[in-house]
Amino acid sequence: MVEQVTHPLSKYLRADMMPHIWCPGCGNGIVLNCFVHALDELKTDLDKLIVVSGIGCIGRTAGYTNTDSFHTTHGRSIAFATGVKLANPELEVVIVSGDGDLFAIGGNHFIHAARRNIGIKVICANNFNYGMTGGQFGPTTPLESVTTTSPYGNIEHPFNLVHLAAAAGAIYVARWTTLHVRRLTQSIEKMMQKEGFCFIEVISPCPEIYGRYNKMRTGLEMMEWYKKASVVESFSDPAKAEITKEKIVVGEFVDTEKLSYEKLFHEKIAQINERSIQ
Amino acid sequence: MPNKRSLLMGAHFMNGDVACAEGAIAAGCRFFAGYPITPATEIAEHLSQRMPEFGGIYIQMEDEIASMAAVLGASYAGLKAMTATSGPGFSLMQENIGLAVMTEAPCVIVDIMRGGPSTGQPTLPSQQDVMQARWGSHGDYATVALAPSSVQEMFDLTLEAFNLAETYRVPAMLLGDEIVAHMYEKLVIPPPDKLRIVNRKRPNVPREEYVPFKPDEDLVPPMACFGEGYRFHATGLTHDEHGYPQTSSSEAQQKLVTRLCNKIRKNEDRIVRVEETMLDDADVAVVAYGIVARSALSAVRKAREKGIKAGLLRLITLWPFPEKRVAQVAKQVKAIVVPEMNCGQMVLEVERAAKETPVAFLSKLGEEPHTPLEILEEIRRNS
Repeated sequence: MVEQVTHPLSKYLRADMMPHIWCPGCGNGIVLNCFVHALDELKTDLDKLIVVSGIGCIGRTAGYTNTDSFHTTHGRSIAFATGVKLANPELEVVIVSGDGDLFAIGGNHFIHAARRNIGIKVICANNFNYGMTGGQFGPTTPLESVTTTSPYGNIEHPFNLVHLAAAAGAIYVARWTTLHVRRLTQSIEKMMQKEGFCFIEVISPCPEIYGRYNKMRTGLEMMEWYKKASVVESFSDPAKAEITKEKIVVGEFVDTEKLSYEKLFHEKIAQINERSIQ
Repeated sequence: MPNKRSLLMGAHFMNGDVACAEGAIAAGCRFFAGYPITPATEIAEHLSQRMPEFGGIYIQMEDEIASMAAVLGASYAGLKAMTATSGPGFSLMQENIGLAVMTEAPCVIVDIMRGGPSTGQPTLPSQQDVMQARWGSHGDYATVALAPSSVQEMFDLTLEAFNLAETYRVPAMLLGDEIVAHMYEKLVIPPPDKLRIVNRKRPNVPREEYVPFKPDEDLVPPMACFGEGYRFHATGLTHDEHGYPQTSSSEAQQKLVTRLCNKIRKNEDRIVRVEETMLDDADVAVVAYGIVARSALSAVRKAREKGIKAGLLRLITLWPFPEKRVAQVAKQVKAIVVPEMNCGQMVLEVERAAKETPVAFLSKLGEEPHTPLEILEEIRRNS
């Protein structure tokens, strides 16, 4: 008799949504894996966890996690999640989305949510391009990279996401690559326990599209780049956290405390109603 | 100043924006996300004061795109939610109005119409957004839009918009204009127990059996909220009844989009509201809505004084368009007059319903709506 074996983490995933849409060598599965490992480690109540995504390859994550989940319009995951978190602060709201979604079309929502310090947790898989539409340059594409819309080499300066998040007011900021599975998982665990706006960037391989145009045709080649170039420089100046061929600065950059928006709002409500009773 | 933590009741003298805000609170709205814009700002200002008194949320977002997205988030988290804006903001909201349609998120959008296109005339009235309310977001859908003519209706129809949004799980729109928003009038608010308040249908099956987008006979699926243990998925992609993406199934697209349109179309008789004045024996009917309907009423009365049999059909529901009633009226009258503060929008619908009956259109743009005399003159020409 064949024994039915279920994966110990299968309860975190919607098996009926499988197979997933991601390409061979894509890093999104690793991001999802680290996320559910962190949930498992924290014994997160899945009934109180809301996963929100925008549009793009990694945007399908919301559908794959076995929680209440919402797949928004392109770039709007943070604004949607803001409504969820304020309407019910008891809920844990996590966004898993991509660099184009969060920082091009959704960039304005990102900086304002960070400024307000809304208690939502953002994981950004940064694959340096718009993968789902076939590989166009985006706000994180390195200079000189070749994409389908920068055939002569990219001339736009990329965002340094950890510097941006820190400057905008996030209370926790970290960057890892998909090679740093354990550190990333621990970082997600840490972020989940904080109250306020948190951000983790995960450099994630897109060999089928970005890699194809930039001489790294397999996931392995991209992971080898991460291995060779990554340097852990935790709590160094995020402004100097470069991503180049030679050096990828990873680590935690911000870990601080600040009253969250929802806490301030509900304190205000309590004050107002106390006054009106007197 | 209203008493803290109490719903308003009785007679008040206030402007339309404030009446709208109070109507929302009376309807049970406990979440407002918006962005300042003339001539809707007073709604936000009033709710920033009133919402916290009821434990509700007021948040000023970074733009109208975000406002609409936050409203959907709050709606899915279980609150009655709204936003208020004017033309330029209404344009930005269209993207997530489509998402509200697709994910069937009940919510209310107030658009206080000002002169457009673009920045236009921020402090002056118009009726230029009525087609945008119907067709503004891409793709096929049907929704609800109501047109208040008075401060009283700014209250009543805001409450009604919430009821319709909750009943049909749609973004419901209130299309006011700068005049009804800014003018002061008497408003009478019934005690809370006399108000008809509708709340969304809730699932009545065990959690593991819940199919989030499986409709009942009225074509509307019961709605669970985030955090209740149903663990459902919702997406802006075409989806099946489980909420799972169906990006390459023609059948799924046919089924979903048809239902999204039909849940309004097939319930049209329950939704549509008009107000009729002296139409029974009329030879000329004026079809008007919003602030213009008040001039039209005055014009119809003056016409009667002069022996012209004129009547008024005031559209309270703009969408779904009261097609059946307009068609009936068209059969009975010699001509229809449609005054609007735009270059001809609802008149297209009236013409479609009126078939052979001649329809005269009267446009007016800028500071004031049509005067009664201007409309009377058009009635006379068509009598």
